[in-house]
Amino acid sequence: MGKLKAFGLFWYDFVIGDDPLVAVLIIAALAGTAGLSTHTTASWWLLPVIVTLALAATLARAVGKKKGG
Amino acid sequence: MSGARERRTASGERRAQGSAQLPKTPTSRSYIKRVGTTFLLLSVFLACAVEAVEALTIVLAVGLTRGWRSALQGVAAGLLLLAAVVAVLGPALTVLPLKTLRLVVGGLLLTFGLQWLRKAILRASGYKDLRDEAAAYQRGVAAAQEAAADKKPLVDDWYAFTLSFKGVVLEGLEVAFIALTFGANQHDIPLAALAAVAAVLTVCAAGVAIKAPLARVPENTLKFAVAVMLTGFGTFWGAEGAGADWPGGDAFLPAVLAYVLLVAVGAVWVLKRRRAAWAS
Repeated sequence: MGKLKAFGLFWYDFVIGDDPLVAVLIIAALAGTAGLSTHTTASWWLLPVIVTLALAATLARAVGKKKGG
Repeated sequence: MSGARERRTASGERRAQGSAQLPKTPTSRSYIKRVGTTFLLLSVFLACAVEAVEALTIVLAVGLTRGWRSALQGVAAGLLLLAAVVAVLGPALTVLPLKTLRLVVGGLLLTFGLQWLRKAILRASGYKDLRDEAAAYQRGVAAAQEAAADKKPLVDDWYAFTLSFKGVVLEGLEVAFIALTFGANQHDIPLAALAAVAAVLTVCAAGVAIKAPLARVPENTLKFAVAVMLTGFGTFWGAEGAGADWPGGDAFLPAVLAYVLLVAVGAVWVLKRRRAAWAS
């Protein structure tokens, strides 16, 4: 069980990293793009916008931690 | 779709396009494919080179301190495991429908790329220490000198074996992931694998030649470039996989990469100013 947990934690850390907010925003952005694509062909802009916001959010959290720490 | 027609993208996918877009000529399709291939080679080569530099630092610290036999056994075992991962995952990825592949891989590359990009921006703006191969090597040497030797069947020095093995597997897994996802999306896993092997061989040859960590490689700059590429490709493929059509199709990829670069450089500028404001 301990090894299984360690294996799971390794892959979580490998893919998600230390800020799960980014993964949540990316999944939401992909779902939003898929939803928007069913209504309009001009849905390409959504993902770059959310990626920019996700980057800003994760940087703000990292800088906040540094400042607080 | 009324008035729509199908066109083939650089990667061979047939896709419906609105009638407002002009069909690509053979020359422009060939140009777009060349651009895609160039970005594929460059991204995989740079990503593999920076990871290989880090793995080399670990292996050199172990090998030069505790002897090469067990260290090289660890390297060989790590490479075998990575080859098995590539052999299993490579064919599995190629049987996925292209749209599903791009959605999954785009999402993974984005989460992966944004992690790299956050660290690269924090390093470039002074919020995180720059990666220093010489210092990492010295820490590795100090740890290797203190650890006791433990003999196992076939392995004289278990510490040297496991440290080299872990270094190669952990750094190599990122390399394998990047090469596989880029290669599968461009329908050219062999080309991606070739770029990965070329990068690893180049770094190893340099390491063997100077018998020291490659401290003069501009590793932090390379990581910044790779992070931009991972995020750019992730955005491009993720949106396509989710059903979006980029203006101009595959020709829009350089614009997406340029946008990510602009955002990243802008973030560095803003964070540097904030840091300077706090310091004063």
